[in-house]
Amino acid sequence: MKTLISIIATTAFAAFAATGVANAEPKSGGTLIMGTTQKARHLNPAVQSGIATAVPGTQIFASPLRFDENWQPQPYLAESWSIAADGKSITLNLRKNARFHDGKAITSEDVAFSLKTVKENHPFKSMFAPVSSVETPDAHTAILIFDKPHPAALLAMSGALLPIIPKHIYGDGQNAKTHPANSKTVGSGPFKLVEFKPGEHIILEKNEDYFIKDRPYLDKIIIKNFKDSTSTTLAMDKGELNILPFMSATRDIGRLKKNKDLTVTNKGYSAVGPMNWLAFNTKNQYLQDKRVRQAIGYSVDRNFIVNALHGGFSTPATGPVAPGSPFYAADVNKFDLNLDKAKTLLDEAGFKADKDGVRFSLKVDYIPGPAEMQKNVAEYLKPQLKKVGIDVQLRAAPDFPTWAKRVGGHDFDMSMDVVFNWGDPVIGVHRTYTCGNIRKGVIWSNTQSYCNEKVDGLLALAAVEQDQSKRITIYQEAQKIIVDDAPQIFINTLPYHTAYSNKIGNAPLTIWGMMSPMDNVYIK
Amino acid sequence: MDLALTLSRRLLHAALLILAVLVLNFLLIHLAPGDPADVIAGEMGGATEEMLAEIRQLYGLDKPVIVQLGIYLSRAVQGDLGQSFFYNAPVVDLIMGRIGPTILLVTAALTFAIVIGTFLGVLASHKPKGFLSGFITVFSVIGYSAPIFWTGIMLVILLAWKIPIFPISGMYDITVEGSVFAKIFDVLRHLVLPALTLGIVYIAQYARLTRASMLEILGSDYIRTARAKGVSSSKIYGYHALRNAILPVVTIAGLQFGSIISGAVLVETVFSWPGLGTLAFDSILARDYPTVLGILFFSALLVIIANVITDIIYRFVDPRIRTGG
Repeated sequence: MKTLISIIATTAFAAFAATGVANAEPKSGGTLIMGTTQKARHLNPAVQSGIATAVPGTQIFASPLRFDENWQPQPYLAESWSIAADGKSITLNLRKNARFHDGKAITSEDVAFSLKTVKENHPFKSMFAPVSSVETPDAHTAILIFDKPHPAALLAMSGALLPIIPKHIYGDGQNAKTHPANSKTVGSGPFKLVEFKPGEHIILEKNEDYFIKDRPYLDKIIIKNFKDSTSTTLAMDKGELNILPFMSATRDIGRLKKNKDLTVTNKGYSAVGPMNWLAFNTKNQYLQDKRVRQAIGYSVDRNFIVNALHGGFSTPATGPVAPGSPFYAADVNKFDLNLDKAKTLLDEAGFKADKDGVRFSLKVDYIPGPAEMQKNVAEYLKPQLKKVGIDVQLRAAPDFPTWAKRVGGHDFDMSMDVVFNWGDPVIGVHRTYTCGNIRKGVIWSNTQSYCNEKVDGLLALAAVEQDQSKRITIYQEAQKIIVDDAPQIFINTLPYHTAYSNKIGNAPLTIWGMMSPMDNVYIK
Repeated sequence: MDLALTLSRRLLHAALLILAVLVLNFLLIHLAPGDPADVIAGEMGGATEEMLAEIRQLYGLDKPVIVQLGIYLSRAVQGDLGQSFFYNAPVVDLIMGRIGPTILLVTAALTFAIVIGTFLGVLASHKPKGFLSGFITVFSVIGYSAPIFWTGIMLVILLAWKIPIFPISGMYDITVEGSVFAKIFDVLRHLVLPALTLGIVYIAQYARLTRASMLEILGSDYIRTARAKGVSSSKIYGYHALRNAILPVVTIAGLQFGSIISGAVLVETVFSWPGLGTLAFDSILARDYPTVLGILFFSALLVIIANVITDIIYRFVDPRIRTGG
């Protein structure tokens, strides 16, 4: 018999909805115009990860759960849920009034179908890998059965990761990745798709038949594409936009902070966990020695990068998990700047300087595009590492595929890289460190070729640990080892900021930020 | 008979040109590192080996390049330009949605450049050593030397930011509602800066060309005769001289259509103008082979059509060509 941990949905949802009500008096109507440089391929997050699809996708599709700003799951399509005592199943009790935009009722069959589609097509295989089946005892009950306890499943049931898609549309036998409905989406979220012009704009309108009463407040959301962050910033500053999420150019952030009609905040990105780091190819003849990697760590002045190069807007990163996550470990080796220590480590590793003071040469790659987080840091490394006798050559890539081919193909010495945590470490962190995920040709796998069996064991243990505090302890231990092994030097978390007009009420600042339903957002 | 022969020869040239454009570019883009599967994986924040293999199989990328080329050409001959890898939509649909804005931009820029350039050239030829002539020469050199994207950004800063008369980017404001005239006005407002940016380079060229051409013609015998006969100065400039001086401008404008389209790629990117240029730019970065090739196909077609139109205009402007003289 299962011991159920019941979660009383109504109370929780009332509390969640009330956070907005308490601040001001929301009113219906108005159009939210959002600027973005991200171009969506299509709008179905079930088969496509990434911000560009998730932002509109989470407005169009509802998901079983949503999360508040304290990482707490909240009812959404599931009005309540319970986790079996052995952790091997989760029962979702679905709302009975939820309908897709075409009027068809949402049933547990849709949940089972969506989960199967995500499991088969989504790039984050670890999200639902332990799901062996989904039982549907009645139209409004779905039971996820796991091979082993899977605490990450709750975060994986967020809007950006498990949209509930209509089986009566997607179940026609066509390939889900190229299904025509991916661009003509029918969901059950607060907004319906009106028009999707790839690379130009997405127009969404209020779903009058939304399953949450008196929501959404907005009549329309328009997502406008811009070519670069400068034009979005200009448009925001001029008042052509109401909201501008995922800003990372520090000059733009600084500029908009001066506009008194706007609020600029870094809230709303803790689940994304965007990490900026210097990755090492641990198969390199020099970098295979942990002492060399650590020496580079001691040579890099994170404070200079964060304060001088990033204008104080980014946050120093100390390990694989972003600060802001409950799994973040603060008690790790911080690699504070210490050039003498770096030199000693390099000497110990047997790499003495030649008459020109050079010990060896390394190439550094970086992702092309906005330079601040990548190219500028790579350029900083050249004179900085010269101080300890490492000659650094920058290797530019003309575009993303070129860089991806090099790093994915393990054809690199060091590379700047940006990798997201995506909520639970099982989803976005394990992939970089497990021995089994060293896959040549696959970008954002374990491209460092790092393998430590102890870390593997700890990560496997954390993945099934149901007690949250024990889980945190295990992850902290794993992070200590990883940081010490230094397959990367953790530089900073991207300074993602959202700028929004002061006329916007209840701006979406939960852990998923703009990748969560904006049914509470209103225009004052 | 003569016309039919010329036409059939032109059509054959056109077909060969398009085939060469497709084959060369197909091979070129396949030489670039990385493929659409890498881009899609990048877009998705990662992928497994199986998923990459599935994407490659889905888009036929697992076959040898030469086989892919054969399949592509056999489909293209039948009018099927394939499916965009990135946007997952028929290439023809994507291009049809974008070709209108490009034609509008290019035509506006070209018309603007020809009218203003010729006008400035005529003015400059009036007093070849005067202040205006010197100013136009300097303006021409600056206009011609300044990179298009720089001119675009400067115009945005000046006329969309400091003096906010025009919008920063885009082709229309989605929120504008009301009559057709309001929407047309909105598009025209958005068109000014991109057309100006693209046109400035060519204004400079046409002004210099017209000036040189006018000076040469104004010194010719028949103009002297016309003056001797007491023909008014305006008639000499506007009718006798300009009509002849404009011939090189028409020739150059026709020849330059291709380069104007390539200039449009930059201007569209700077202004987020939703034309073929931005689509081409995005598609190259995404290694979206069918879309890139489709755009090149249509661009080649546009250049060919423009050349035919130039021939027709030439016949109209210069009677000697009509009569075979």
